[in-house]
Amino acid sequence: MPRRRVQRRRTRQAAETVYDMVPVRVKINGVEYSHMVEPRLLLVNYIRDVVGLTGTHVGCDTSHCGACTVLVKGLWGDGWMAVKSCTLLATQVDGKEILTIEGLAKNGELHPLQKAFWENHGLQCGFCTPGMIMAALGLLLRNPNPTREEIKWGISGNLCRCTGYVNIIKSIEAAAKEMREKGVTI
Amino acid sequence: MYPRKFSYVAPSRVEEVLRLLKRYGDEAKILAGGHSLLPMMKLRIVGPRVVIDLRNLRDRLAYIRDGARAVRIGALTTHAEIELSDMLKREVPLLPEVARWIGDMQVRNMGTIGGSLAHADPAADWPVAMLALNATFTIQGARKRAVPASKFFKGPFTTVLKPSELLTEITIPKPPKGHGWSWKKFERKAGDFATVNVAVIAVPDGRGQVRDISIAVGSVNPVPYRAVNAEKMLRGKRPDSELLKAAAEAAAEPAEPTSDLRGSAEYKKWLTKVMVRRALEEALNRAGITVEVVQHA
Repeated sequence: MPRRRVQRRRTRQAAETVYDMVPVRVKINGVEYSHMVEPRLLLVNYIRDVVGLTGTHVGCDTSHCGACTVLVKGLWGDGWMAVKSCTLLATQVDGKEILTIEGLAKNGELHPLQKAFWENHGLQCGFCTPGMIMAALGLLLRNPNPTREEIKWGISGNLCRCTGYVNIIKSIEAAAKEMREKGVTI
Repeated sequence: MYPRKFSYVAPSRVEEVLRLLKRYGDEAKILAGGHSLLPMMKLRIVGPRVVIDLRNLRDRLAYIRDGARAVRIGALTTHAEIELSDMLKREVPLLPEVARWIGDMQVRNMGTIGGSLAHADPAADWPVAMLALNATFTIQGARKRAVPASKFFKGPFTTVLKPSELLTEITIPKPPKGHGWSWKKFERKAGDFATVNVAVIAVPDGRGQVRDISIAVGSVNPVPYRAVNAEKMLRGKRPDSELLKAAAEAAAEPAEPTSDLRGSAEYKKWLTKVMVRRALEEALNRAGITVEVVQHA
């Protein structure tokens, strides 16, 4: 993809060229996307407004509430990692794979985390749920058998304003068990 | 919320970063994990003309290396990498513990130690730990220089870094085997910045006495400080509960906290004493030094 170069000042060194439009080439839930965007475009706005996947929510927009949590692969190490997409530039994940809440269910079957939230009343209004589930998945991929305390610590960056934490923790415990038993990850 | 418009570049060589910094000076901002910079840009507290993203430099600047006398940590190493490092849990257990308390899981996955240090928030956690551990920072600019943590922080959000310079590495001398340590961070709610944060490294002499001790206190002054008077009171001593109390008082002496939403100045000053005393108790206990409890009649 051609880059639009913007010469800020006269210079012969290409290394000092800076860009006003940047490429974002990502795979979201297995589908490839490629766009030229302003560098200030945030990942959450890219996912919601450019790609059109609105399951990822914007809550506080200040990296506190976690509603915008998605998984990104290979930020460091090889694994999937939970990040707050309101506090990343879309271009920071150029070339990476992303997983959002829409990518969890396979062939019409809910992911164990989705199922567990349903069965354990892990959501009330549901606004925090996509972020809660993605954060929980990020935690379980790193620690498949967490204690209750470790679950609380893991989702401390996700706020539920219905304050339904007890059932959220219960849901994550149930999902962890099913994922271990069935060998399910993502 | 959108940041102001800026131009962007993600170089893959440190030399390019330095050339860009030289060219754009304080019109440019370095983006590491972005978890201090991007919130400020979104709130339009800062509006750099150029953002220099270091994401293509992870190969060069993200590492944790074990050496004979020191561990070296690349500036782009994330809090989570430090939190999860088995080598650090063994050699400098204070570091993974400090990391564990920063922000939340998602923030720790992105935020970097170098970014946090260069940002120099007076309530940040790494600066306090770095002071207690006598860390040294490697800075690259027109020339390479090494600055001890004690000389690095100049004021709130201000360090000795010049606009043309980049923090590249943190060197941490290994505390002796058998040392005791403590990290006491008081936060109002999970993931918040500290109201007070205290780091202690205690080295026992093997005969129940304190051979060496370092106490660093953060969030209550424009920059974190070493409680040198309290350290003097404890060195070479077999501490009892009275001495710990006196040392905690001495450690809180330089604190001049301001009243804000985390509490009144008076409360924070009192809290500083409490947190230092708790940190001392924990560190001495881990160092195998028994603290005699003095009973009053």
